Amino acid sequence: MAVAAQDVIWAEPPKIGFWESTYLPAILTGLGITTKHVINYKPVTLQYPEVEPDLPVHYKGIHRLNRDEKERVKCVACMMCATACPADCITIVAAAAPKDDPLWVDRDKYPASFEIDELKCIYCGMCEEACPCDAIELTHIYDVTGTTRSEMIYDKEKLLAVYDETKNHPKDPPRTHRGALSGTSEFSTLPPLGPATPVLNDDRSAKAPTPGVIRPTH
Amino acid sequence: MPTVTVNGTPVTFGENEKLNCVQAAQRAGMEIPHYCWHPELSVVASCRMCLVEVGDVKPDGSVAMQPKLFPGCQTPVKDGMVVVSNSPKVETAQKATLEYLLLNHPLDCPVCDQAGECGLQDYSYEYGRGYSRLDEPKNLKPDKDYIGEQITLFTDRCIMCTRCVRFTREFSGTGELQVINRGSKEEIDIFPGEPCDNKLSGNVVDLCPVGALCSKDFLYQQRVWWLKGKDSACAGCSNNCSIRIDQNNDTVYRVVPRPNPRLQAGGHFMCDDGRFGWKYVHSENRLTQPSGPGGVTDWTAVLTGVRETLVKGAAESPKRVAAIISPWATVEEAYLLCSYLKGLSPDIRIGLGPVRVVGEDDTYPKDPAGRPVEPVRFTIRAEKCPNRRGVEAVLQHFQGTILQGSQLVKAAGAGELDVVYVLGGDPELGYSDDDVAALSRVKTLIVEDLLASPLTRAATYVLAGGSWAEKDGTIVNHQGLAQAIRRAIRGPGDARQDGRILSELAQRRGLYHATTVRQELAGVVPALAALIVGDLGDEGIDLTGPAAPVATLQTAGSSN
Repeated sequence: MAVAAQDVIWAEPPKIGFWESTYLPAILTGLGITTKHVINYKPVTLQYPEVEPDLPVHYKGIHRLNRDEKERVKCVACMMCATACPADCITIVAAAAPKDDPLWVDRDKYPASFEIDELKCIYCGMCEEACPCDAIELTHIYDVTGTTRSEMIYDKEKLLAVYDETKNHPKDPPRTHRGALSGTSEFSTLPPLGPATPVLNDDRSAKAPTPGVIRPTH
Repeated sequence: MPTVTVNGTPVTFGENEKLNCVQAAQRAGMEIPHYCWHPELSVVASCRMCLVEVGDVKPDGSVAMQPKLFPGCQTPVKDGMVVVSNSPKVETAQKATLEYLLLNHPLDCPVCDQAGECGLQDYSYEYGRGYSRLDEPKNLKPDKDYIGEQITLFTDRCIMCTRCVRFTREFSGTGELQVINRGSKEEIDIFPGEPCDNKLSGNVVDLCPVGALCSKDFLYQQRVWWLKGKDSACAGCSNNCSIRIDQNNDTVYRVVPRPNPRLQAGGHFMCDDGRFGWKYVHSENRLTQPSGPGGVTDWTAVLTGVRETLVKGAAESPKRVAAIISPWATVEEAYLLCSYLKGLSPDIRIGLGPVRVVGEDDTYPKDPAGRPVEPVRFTIRAEKCPNRRGVEAVLQHFQGTILQGSQLVKAAGAGELDVVYVLGGDPELGYSDDDVAALSRVKTLIVEDLLASPLTRAATYVLAGGSWAEKDGTIVNHQGLAQAIRRAIRGPGDARQDGRILSELAQRRGLYHATTVRQELAGVVPALAALIVGDLGDEGIDLTGPAAPVATLQTAGSSN
C-alpha cells in the first residue's frame, strides 16, 4: 500500500553549532567519565574459584524434583515441563501409581522415570513456570561436572537428591506457590486465586472481598 | 425448501429430513455445545448444555420466541423456525450449566488422559466462566478399574451424559454399563462380575466427552497434544472403517474411528479387533532389511537379483513363473506388480493370495443372550483382509480371470514352477505349513512381507515390506468403497513400503507416489476408473456408484 503524501514526515538532521563541531566538549565529558572510574575503582570480576559469587535468589541452576509431605516425588507426570521445554531435554515415562501401596493410594499417575539432560538444558526456567504442582524447580547450583555425557543426564533419584541437598539452603526457598491444579500442591495454604475471566457485575460473587471467589463469612 | 434461521443465518433442509437444532446449526457452520447428544444414539437431553432459544415467524412477519429455553438436541427444526444460541439468556444458561457440571469435577487435568481433547476443557474455555465459586469440598468417588478388559473408569470425572450406557444398550445391545444411585451419588458401573468386554467396548472411551472412561491400552502413554494424526482406513477386516492413526516419533499409540457417512454407523465406531489389533506394526518379528543369496542385505543388490531372476525366468519359460498377491496389498501395489510381470511376459500367472476368513460375520446389536438382533447396525466382517475386491479388480483386468493362489501353491508343490513371487502383508501369514513346504520346492522363491515367518525362512529373496500404517495406497472394502490409506510412520530399520519396492523393481521413473500410480491405473483398469480423481478425500470413492467418472488413458499418469 502506498503511503499518502500527507502521512510522510520529513526528518532533518539537527544543526551542529561551533563548539560541537570542534568535538572538544564530547572529549572532555569522556575524559571526565574515565577519571571518575579511576578514582572510584570498584572491581567487578571475582577471583573465582577462590571467591564464590553471591548469586541472586532467582538464579537458575540445575533442577531439583521436590518431595511432597509424604516424601514421595511431587511430580504427577503431567509432562507440562516436557511440553514447554524449548530444548527438548526432559524425558518422562509415566505410569499408573502403585495403588496397592498405601503410600500412593491418593495418586493416579506418577513418573516411572524422569530424566533431564543437563547438557541440553538452556536453563530458561520454563519447566518451573509450566509445572502445575510445584514439583520441578531450578536451584542455585551451577558448578556441576561429569566425565561422560550420560553422567549429565539426571534421573529421578539424582534430581530428588538435589532437592534433599538444597531444600534448607537459603538460596533455594520454594519458589512457586500457585500450583493449585494438582493434588500435590499445598492447596490449603494458597491465597484465593483471582478469576481468569472478568466477573460479571450482577454476579453474586462480585460483592465478595475477592471477586470471583465466595468465602464463607465467619 | 423448508428453512430454519439459526442465529440469523437461514439454513435449508430437505422435506423429509429430520434435523434437530444442533444439526441445523452444524449445517450453518455454527456450534451449539452438547455433551449427551450423539448422532448415532438416542436423545435424552440430560446434560442441558445445548439449551437454546426457540421461536416462530408469525404470518405477519413478527418473531414470537418461546419464554423458556429448549434443549437443542431434542427440538426438531421445522420450516420458519428461529433458533438463537448466542443471546445473553442462552449464554448465561451455558455458564450455569457448565458450573454445575464442574461442581464435583476434579481439577486433575494434569494427570487426565483426556486433557487436550476434553469436552469440558473446550466448552469451559468457550462458554464457561474462568473461575469456580464453589467453596465446599468436592464429592469424591472411587475409581473403578474393573469396568472392562480395556476400559477403566475415573468415576469422579464423569458428568453423567450416559452416552456409554446408551451405546451398550442400543448399539452393542450388550447393556453392561448402567447408572447406579441417584442425584449427586450417581455413578456409572457394571453389574458385579459382568464386565464390559464386548467387541465394540472400546467405543465408549471415544464416546466419553470427558476423561472418565479411559482406554487401559493408551492410559498414560502419551499426552494427546504430542500425537500427530493421519487419516487412514483400518485394515483389520473388509469393512475398512475410516480411522485416524495417532503417532509420535514413528510409534503408533492408538487408532480412533473417524466419521464417514459412507460407512456403517456413519463411521463413528469401530470394533476392538481393529482398535487394538495393529500391534504387529511394532512387532519384534518385523523384517528390518532385505536379504538375498550369499547374505546380501543391500536393497539395490537384492532388487537387482530379483529383477534378473524374473527377467531370466520370463525369457526362458514364462509358464514356470508365477506370483501370488495377498489381499492385504493395496490396489497400487497389485497394479505395479501385475503390470511389471505381464510386461515381462503375458504367460506369467498371477494369483490371489489367501483370503483369511475367521468365523462368520459378527453383527450388532445383540440381545442379552448374545444372539444378533435386527436391524443390524454394525457388522464385523469375517473376511480378515482389507483389499480383496481391489486386488481382484486388478487381476481380473490383467488376466481376464481371478486365479486362486492355492492353485499356484499346488502347482509349486507339483514342481511345475521355477520362480514364485509372493507379495504378502497379512500379519498372520495365511499360508499353512503344507503351503510353505510346497512353495519352498520352487527354485527361486521371492517373498515380500512384513513379519518373519516360515515362508520368509524358506525364501531365496526376502523383501522387507511395510505394514498398513507405513504405506500410501488404496484399499477397496466389501461394498466397493475405495479409501486411501496414508503413510503415518516410517517402517523399522531398512523396511520400505511395498509400493516403493515394486516401483524400483519395475524401474519406473521417479519416486513412488501413490496418487500418480492411482491415476495411472484408473486409466488402465476399467473397474477402478473412478480412482482417476487421485485424491480420494476423507470419505473415499464408491466404485459401484453411478456417478463414477469415466477415465481416459490420456490423462492418466501423464504428469509423470
